[in-house]
Amino acid sequence: MALTAALKAEFDELCKKYPERRAGLIPALHRCQEELGGWISPETITDCAEYFKLEPVEVYSVASFYPMFFLSPVGQHVVSVCRNISCDLRGAGEIINAAKEHTGAACGESSEDGHFYLEQVECQGACTNAPMMVVDGKYHEDLEPADVARILGETR
Amino acid sequence: MTSHETYLLNRAKLADSHTLEVARADGAYGALRKVFETSMSPEDVVEEVKKSGLRGRGGAGFPTGLKWSFMPNHESDSRTRYMAVNADESEPGTCKDRVLLREDPHCLIEGCLIAAFAMRLDAVYVYVRGEYRLPYDRMQAALDEARAAGILGDNILGSGFSCEIHMHKGAGAYICGEETGLMESLEGKRGHPRPKPPFPASFGLWGQPTTVNNVESIFNVPFILDRGADWFRTLGTESSPGNFLCGISGHVERPGVYEVPLGISARAIVEDLAGGIWKGRSLKAWFPGGSSTGVLPADMLDTPMDHDSVKAAGSMFGTGAMIILDETASVVRSALVLARFYEHESCGQCSQCREGTEWLEQIVDRMLSGQGKAGDVQLLTDLSNGMTPGKTICALSDAAAIPMLAAIKHFRSEFEACIPTTAEALV
Repeated sequence: MALTAALKAEFDELCKKYPERRAGLIPALHRCQEELGGWISPETITDCAEYFKLEPVEVYSVASFYPMFFLSPVGQHVVSVCRNISCDLRGAGEIINAAKEHTGAACGESSEDGHFYLEQVECQGACTNAPMMVVDGKYHEDLEPADVARILGETR
Repeated sequence: MTSHETYLLNRAKLADSHTLEVARADGAYGALRKVFETSMSPEDVVEEVKKSGLRGRGGAGFPTGLKWSFMPNHESDSRTRYMAVNADESEPGTCKDRVLLREDPHCLIEGCLIAAFAMRLDAVYVYVRGEYRLPYDRMQAALDEARAAGILGDNILGSGFSCEIHMHKGAGAYICGEETGLMESLEGKRGHPRPKPPFPASFGLWGQPTTVNNVESIFNVPFILDRGADWFRTLGTESSPGNFLCGISGHVERPGVYEVPLGISARAIVEDLAGGIWKGRSLKAWFPGGSSTGVLPADMLDTPMDHDSVKAAGSMFGTGAMIILDETASVVRSALVLARFYEHESCGQCSQCREGTEWLEQIVDRMLSGQGKAGDVQLLTDLSNGMTPGKTICALSDAAAIPMLAAIKHFRSEFEACIPTTAEALV
């Protein structure tokens, strides 16, 4: 069982918000990803299915629909560079190149030492402060290519 | 320089505007108190919002009061009643709701409670896109403060009225900003839009009567109730009253979220507020209201920014998020960036959208990499026409096709320039 007692207690509280328990599934998957190794493992899927009284395939079908959930292990620090229109117009291409160079990872891959996972993502809703990237959930906006190494260096 | 009355972002300029203390000192919850103390009936509140002419700020511009009036009569329908506030802000170019959630969550709570009173709701869910961590945390902290102060939960402000507001976190899917996709997602499922009818007011969350409103729409409500529908109508235009938040991004000197009256010219926003086109360049093209609205050429920049005027110009007001392309930008490249986005975000239920978005991406991609074929521009046009209007469960297919058709209409020569001439192709 991957779900800890603390997580289960948290989910018990979470599900009280809704008339049906299943509505807590997506927020619960977020918490699992945060607490259980940075991804949604097959074990997490089985355990969530048991908790939410669903079939594992139903949990898998939900987890696989949403881009924020990783279904395979990723590097310790997740670097997401926006590639959508407002960022593209203001130099997102240079930001992604700087991120590739610093991490040594290709987009959609982790660095060899497992320190970084690099991805290009669609609009993150910070268009008036483009270009931008998200590192471990934190927004970094109005970027210059030179900022990338400094920001990523802070994870060391 | 443009000068006009503002109300949406005034509080946001105060230090610690997100706290109950600062918000209350600035008048927060005064409109809610007024509703309770003047013994307005729920129907009176709906009527006032209808009278204001407020139109939804999430993209479609549907009249908010009218939407509220679609909720079934509470005497003949005793089911549980819900509202979902759409804070799944994901339309490229759009980042206004983020500012409101982060800087003035108490105004949103006040708007939700007035809406809850008006529609006799049992609970409100605020569906925030998963990436918006700070806005989510600010909203949750504000709800906790409001509850401790007797403004949320049972017997709000001693009025006898009770309502719950819950936060809910999405997980990065654009389609969950579509109201029925949002409801499916809130129920813990894949965000697959539902066919309509039935409409949410009769069959919404868990099959119960539900209204879905955008953050900025609800944010206007306390001001309308506090100052009156007549005051609201002094701002904006006859058919689109009030102010709106214009997020302007791309090739301007000062991108930002600006509060302006509906009907202001797009030129005033670009040139006065946003400081003009960056680097001393000139304008080539602009999207009036997010990536799903048709791109317009520079010579249409005097278009007034309101629903009817932008529609008459052949596009849509959408979310009011202007995206600006300077003379050096490639419209074809922007078409590729957006085609890739819609391909990524299509939920896959309808074949026109699932296949169509992928084909659009592939064709524009090959055109930009020098592999375009004679007839590709016509192919893009035919394909797009097969994806719109109203051919699919939801409007994502239209959102992908309409900007493509607009880009080809206004910038056809740019697309054609990507096709090798016959002589080159023969070599």
